Amino acid sequence: MPTVTMTVNGQQVSRDVDPRTLLVDFIRNELHLTGTHVGCDTSQCGACVVHVDGTSQKACTMLAMQADGCEVATIEGLAKNGELHPMQAAFKEHHGLQCGFCTPGMVMSAVDLVQRNPDPDEHEVREWLEGNICRCTGYHNIVKAIQHAAKEMRG
Amino acid sequence: MPDTGAQRVLRKEDNRFLTGRGRYTDDFNRQGQAYGVFVRSEMAHAKIKSVDTSQAEQAPGVVAVFTGKDMEADGVGSLPCGWTVTDRHGNPHKAPPHWPLARDKVRYVGDQVAFVIAETDAQARDAAELVAVDYEPLDAVVETGKALNGPQVHEEAPDNLCFDWEIGDKQATDDAFAKADHVSKVELVNNRLVPNAIEPRAAIGEYDPGGDEYTLYSTSQNPHLLRLILCAFVLNLPEHKVRVVAPDVGGGFGSKIYCYAEETTCVWASKKLDGRPVKWVATRTEAFQADAHGRDHITTAEMALDKDGKFLGMRVDTIANLGAYLSNFSTAVPTYLYGTLLAGQYKTPAIHGNVKAVFTNTAPVDAYRGAGRPEATYVVERLVERCARDLNIDPAEIRRRNFVQPDEFPYQTPVALTYDSGQYELALDEALKMIDYRNFAQRRQESERRGKLRGIGFSAYIEACGIAPSQVVGALGAGVGLWESAQVRFNATGSISVFTGSHSHGQGHETTFAQMVADKFGTDYNNVDIVHGDTGRIPMGMGTYGSRSLAVGGSAILRACDKVVEKGKKIAAHMLEASVDDIEFDQGTFRVAGTDKQKSIGEIAFAAYVPHDFPQDVEPGLDETAFYDPANFTYPSGVHIAEVEIDPDTGETQIADWVAVDDFGRVINPMIVEGQVHGGIAQGVGQALLENTVYDPDSGQLVTGSYQDYTMPRADDLPSFRVGMTETPCPHNPVGAKGCGEAGAIAAPAALMNAITDALGTEDIQMPATREKVWRVAQQRLAPAAE
Repeated sequence: MPTVTMTVNGQQVSRDVDPRTLLVDFIRNELHLTGTHVGCDTSQCGACVVHVDGTSQKACTMLAMQADGCEVATIEGLAKNGELHPMQAAFKEHHGLQCGFCTPGMVMSAVDLVQRNPDPDEHEVREWLEGNICRCTGYHNIVKAIQHAAKEMRG
Repeated sequence: MPDTGAQRVLRKEDNRFLTGRGRYTDDFNRQGQAYGVFVRSEMAHAKIKSVDTSQAEQAPGVVAVFTGKDMEADGVGSLPCGWTVTDRHGNPHKAPPHWPLARDKVRYVGDQVAFVIAETDAQARDAAELVAVDYEPLDAVVETGKALNGPQVHEEAPDNLCFDWEIGDKQATDDAFAKADHVSKVELVNNRLVPNAIEPRAAIGEYDPGGDEYTLYSTSQNPHLLRLILCAFVLNLPEHKVRVVAPDVGGGFGSKIYCYAEETTCVWASKKLDGRPVKWVATRTEAFQADAHGRDHITTAEMALDKDGKFLGMRVDTIANLGAYLSNFSTAVPTYLYGTLLAGQYKTPAIHGNVKAVFTNTAPVDAYRGAGRPEATYVVERLVERCARDLNIDPAEIRRRNFVQPDEFPYQTPVALTYDSGQYELALDEALKMIDYRNFAQRRQESERRGKLRGIGFSAYIEACGIAPSQVVGALGAGVGLWESAQVRFNATGSISVFTGSHSHGQGHETTFAQMVADKFGTDYNNVDIVHGDTGRIPMGMGTYGSRSLAVGGSAILRACDKVVEKGKKIAAHMLEASVDDIEFDQGTFRVAGTDKQKSIGEIAFAAYVPHDFPQDVEPGLDETAFYDPANFTYPSGVHIAEVEIDPDTGETQIADWVAVDDFGRVINPMIVEGQVHGGIAQGVGQALLENTVYDPDSGQLVTGSYQDYTMPRADDLPSFRVGMTETPCPHNPVGAKGCGEAGAIAAPAALMNAITDALGTEDIQMPATREKVWRVAQQRLAPAAE
């Protein structure tokens, strides 16, 4: 079995994997980082969004081997020193989550949005979230949370 | 709005979800675990001639392959339907068996045929491909409207009729129609939906041969009920030897209420493998194929009116598609959760409803968010709007003329329910104000100037929630009681553990229940821990569905709190050397009435566990359990108004505004309640605009089996919503709450379709009003008359 090596949440990891292993399964099953979720099998729901080399990617749509040598960030790496990232804090403050299953992918995706567009309007936020499905919130509070987080992150 | 002391506090559960530390079923892995994959029928209807597992058994890593024959040999029972509906001739519904693994026939695409277990998930998937099933195809029927004349799905059910049920007074209704000045009529399709919780179902079955004990980790909304069904009906296991754990669950919406084939099979298989844990996680495709679906009615409804627009009588004929097998509560949904709600908010004096429930070669249909009540509201509110249009009466005004008035409660409807309270006009007035109804005509003109079609639609809904008084549902055929239980334990150091049979899968119980208990005992809500989802830790429970958690589960918690206070008074009386009758309790302090002698509940709790100075006739400990059985259903109600703008060139329906004014009785945490309303509306908008479950009428194949084919509402399909509330406390439960989880999904489809049909100027469009359908209708309406 080939070996893949990558940096995940700042730590270098190396594992022998079956070549068909998806990045999301590698993260969940090999690294036991179960915050990254699987909600579909057609790359639609976005529950598995992580950052690969700084941008959001659906971890179900990449092989682990494709992330060889990459920097991967998962939801577990977002809070620093026990402090929620402004995006996490805004989701909490504005009730942008209910069952929590889509939440890690939603938050990771939203962080990437704000990196690209520091001041997204409601329409831009809604368009960006095309690739993340939430069944609980109706998106109302997610949109609100992301706009507040963007403001916070602009400082 | 009355001051309830309701508090918008942030959720206690959020940190773990936001940091990726939630623990969902698929996040658990047991020592020595093997992985199971189901071989599912590719045929809609077929005889199973043979199942050849030999090649699969030889595949790398395969541990075992089981079929229906193995389960049959082991005496595994049928998955039961827990509600017996009696038909109009007094006979029970047809109840054909539903085997966890099919035995001689498959009856829908996705039906379980074999279970392949291997060392890894990938090996199990590979081996499942090698199971060779020899089918003899049979003709299939998937369409609701064709079921009664279609190929027979079950030998036990001629004409595919499960039951032919009626409610209300037919003669009185016929008489009302005979004297009517006007009759309005609608023909409606209530489209089949797939609930689509984002966490797919999953299960780990684990048998411990040492203690002869079973553990099931499962994505369940009601672990105790799942255990009861599993033990009593399917696997014939002693209930005290089975533990069901439903940890964090990623949404349910009804689809995770039921005892399904898959978790049953995991538990049974672990026993067969002498204790090897067996894990199964559904793919999204499997969720589409084999989760219980929702809705799927076709209905004709008529209203008889006098010349002033007063409702005289209503007649409803519905065919309800139950799918290939009866899921646990499937029979109750189109009957006691539907027919009983046909009065809506109105004083219609005579109502008759007839429901024919049919089998088809499709996935089983059961309760999905709202369960019967969205279907009823859709019928009533589309029909009422139609009446207003036919008689040229303002849609708000026709509702006003027919509402049950605040001084008429308790109000006995002609369809069995007794409404307890409500202020329907108050909600309507508030909603009209919020949406600025007076200026709608101007907005419509402004849209017209831009070449757009604007419409407004109302939905004044009522639901029966807080499910439900056990004696009432027992008399109606329910196989279970619908109480809830709670245990409230003061720990010696003063913190509080609350064990509830309600289950939270997004509703925020860990916060709302903690707020309620903290308020009762005058402590911080962080001092209260809510424990749920584990039959090994919680005494008993009936779970979460039917917007029952706060109204029923919360009431049980309050009752247990009351018992804690009662016992605390005895302890305080001893410590303060006073009579029990003189002890008052308020906000965590026991006080001798009229004095400054007092003890905090923390001191009392400590004394209860360190009983050195303690009354002789009182047991140590401060830990009380209560069961609460509701006296009646609760009746949340409200008005939603949708305003849409349609682009006739593209068929795009833009939701220009949405106001919701709901009455949920007492609200504990408005932030959480509003979130429930938003989510419910989104699912209702999904039904009205986007979602549809399509089976190919010839082959019976599920055409909409993935997120690429089934249109889930996404962020850019939806607007922001404006939510208001009125608050009429429920008069018969200690919390005063009515329930809020389903309202949005109940109200929204009618509001939106009324708005769309208003904009298009025709009733001739069925849900989902997709862009294509709207475009076709708009083009027809706008086209110049034929030469």
